[in-house]
Amino acid sequence: MKILVCIKQVPDLESRFKPNASNTWFDEADLAYRMNEYDEYAVEQAVQLREECGDSSDLTVLSIGPDRVVEAIKKALAMGCDRAVHIQDQAVSSRDPWQIASIISAYAREHKFDLIFTGMQSQDRGSAQVGAMLAELLGVSCATTVVGFSCKDNVVTAKRELEGGVKGVMRMKTPALVTCQLGLNIPRYPTLPNIMKAKKKEIIALPVADLLKEESLAKTTSFHPPAKKGGGLLVEGDIADQVDKVLALLKEKTAVLR
Amino acid sequence: MKTLLIGEFREGKLLDSTYELFGFAGQAADEPVMFMVGSETQLPSFGGRLYLADAAACGEYNPDLHKQLILNVVQKENPDRIVFVHSSYGWDLAPRVAVALKAAQVSEVVAIQEGGFEVGCCNGKMRRIVKPSTPQTVITIQAGAFQGVQPGGTPQVTRLAAPGGGTMEFVGYEPAEEKGVDLAKAEVIVSAGRGVGKKDNVAIIAALAKALGGELGASRPVVDAEWVAHDHQVGTTGQTVSPKLYVACGISGAIQHLAGMKKSDFILAINKDKDAPIGEVADVLVVADVMQFVPALTAKLAK
Ligand SMILES: Cc1cc2nc3c(=O)[nH]c(=O)nc-3n(C[C@H](O)[C@H](O)[C@H](O)COP(=O)(O)OP(=O)(O)OC[C@H]3O[C@@H](n4cnc5c(N)ncnc54)[C@H](O)[C@@H]3O)c2cc1C
Ligand SMILES: Nc1ncnc2c1ncn2[C@@H]1O[C@H](COP(=O)(O)O)[C@@H](O)[C@H]1O
Repeated sequence: MKILVCIKQVPDLESRFKPNASNTWFDEADLAYRMNEYDEYAVEQAVQLREECGDSSDLTVLSIGPDRVVEAIKKALAMGCDRAVHIQDQAVSSRDPWQIASIISAYAREHKFDLIFTGMQSQDRGSAQVGAMLAELLGVSCATTVVGFSCKDNVVTAKRELEGGVKGVMRMKTPALVTCQLGLNIPRYPTLPNIMKAKKKEIIALPVADLLKEESLAKTTSFHPPAKKGGGLLVEGDIADQVDKVLALLKEKTAVLR
Repeated sequence: MKTLLIGEFREGKLLDSTYELFGFAGQAADEPVMFMVGSETQLPSFGGRLYLADAAACGEYNPDLHKQLILNVVQKENPDRIVFVHSSYGWDLAPRVAVALKAAQVSEVVAIQEGGFEVGCCNGKMRRIVKPSTPQTVITIQAGAFQGVQPGGTPQVTRLAAPGGGTMEFVGYEPAEEKGVDLAKAEVIVSAGRGVGKKDNVAIIAALAKALGGELGASRPVVDAEWVAHDHQVGTTGQTVSPKLYVACGISGAIQHLAGMKKSDFILAINKDKDAPIGEVADVLVVADVMQFVPALTAKLAK
């Protein structure tokens, strides 16, 4: 079984975001980066499948972005991926999901993966497009928002999460793609021996120009904070004062303290 | 502009969110046409053209087939926009349609802006304006962002035959888990978010809930990490609550969490980040370390 997992590196979302010079995305200075949360579930599921299938299988992790994304790639290798593809792209943040999906499909079409895992969405863009677009470009079956997964005899059974806690179960033959939702599994922490082992694994670097053949279909024209709705009161300062202030407010504004 | 709205139907029922699509079309001053895989017995209250495929014949979830039906209608109507709700149905189907048409897709639109569409990003902390450059655009709208509108009237129905085929087999639905705790009845809910740091700290949040005579709630990551049982989860995939007091401890305020609690009478949030989106719905935002503030508040309440 040939397996691919696609990961994106995203900034720590507790950071403060400032617009960049062209006002189209955030300024990257001073931001810390990590693996997109949804993609951690994707890597874990791919590694579990890789382990189930044993030596006959092979798991590649792929990420598009500048040099910093190699950090996220190394984490995926330490979690158990066999090899990595780093598609080098300094301008990744200006690409639309259509271009990202096109780049991955150009690589995947050649390598004929049986199963592809992606995250349900990226935390910074949150478009929830790349996975399903990639499946469509490759002409493979696809289930999105998956919280349960199994694969036996080339048949995938996927449990999709719907609204209100209801789930929908579906089946499809490989080749197939699933987009992974929070809670699909509990992603493992890379152990020190596995981090050491990962250092010897191959990271193939490819320039994006070799794979990108498509123009973007949409452009970002502005990046800004939401308009403040006001209303809310900000309580800052010393803890003891904050407690007193909050207690006074709760007594005045709610009926729960007597 | 002509807009093809994609209605939603599940477990034999027309979903209310379908009317939010008319809300979008109204704001955009678009001419709406609707497509739906649904049932004759559950027609939307709308006097325009409705292309209807029968859910019994097509399946409620069969994206290959639904995509094909939508593409057939697009060919007939040539709409400028194809609009879905950003839901498990919409975000699944929209990218497939967009690729098939090579049309730009804009996801989770919250507002129509001059020159494009406004969407959230960075977990709701920031906004972008996205401008499509293709003649046709595929759009998903954020649930709740456009007020639902019932245009009224009876649609002129064009029935569509099931095209057959499709590579996916729908096995069935699984109902939501039984609720052990009915949070909807609680007057006070104190919820733990990822900002509480670790499982052991949940007890400190639970102690505040107890001191206030309320129930413990939780955001999703706290439930996924098995710090708190699933039946305490608040949000689109958990419970919807509206207590007299909702206390959000170390919760950022993602849209899926807000959807479950923003109707609470009074919202107190504790977060070390004063820009956290929870501030948009909170009556009071305490900027503090939750592990310092919460025990101090609990202690003072005990006095
Ligand atoms: C389809 C779908 C359905 C979903 N359904 C739900 C749902 O039903 N319910 C739900 O909750 N989520 C749901 N989510 C997930 C949602 O998008 C967010 O990921 C989630 O709500 C974030 O939880 P959080 O706020 O606890 O964590 P985070 O977003 O990680 O936020 C943690 C917050 O804690 C603050 N913090 C950190 N340390 C401290 C400290 N020491 N003191 C004070 N503050 C601190 C940070 O500033 C941050 O604001 C869903 C997502 C999807 C895609
Ligand atoms: N730059 C990237 N490199 C590799 N995979 C990506 C990249 N961007 C997005 N993806 C994948 O596509 C998924 C959905 O992203 P999005 O459509 O941006 O919400 C992510 O969870 C990743 O699995």
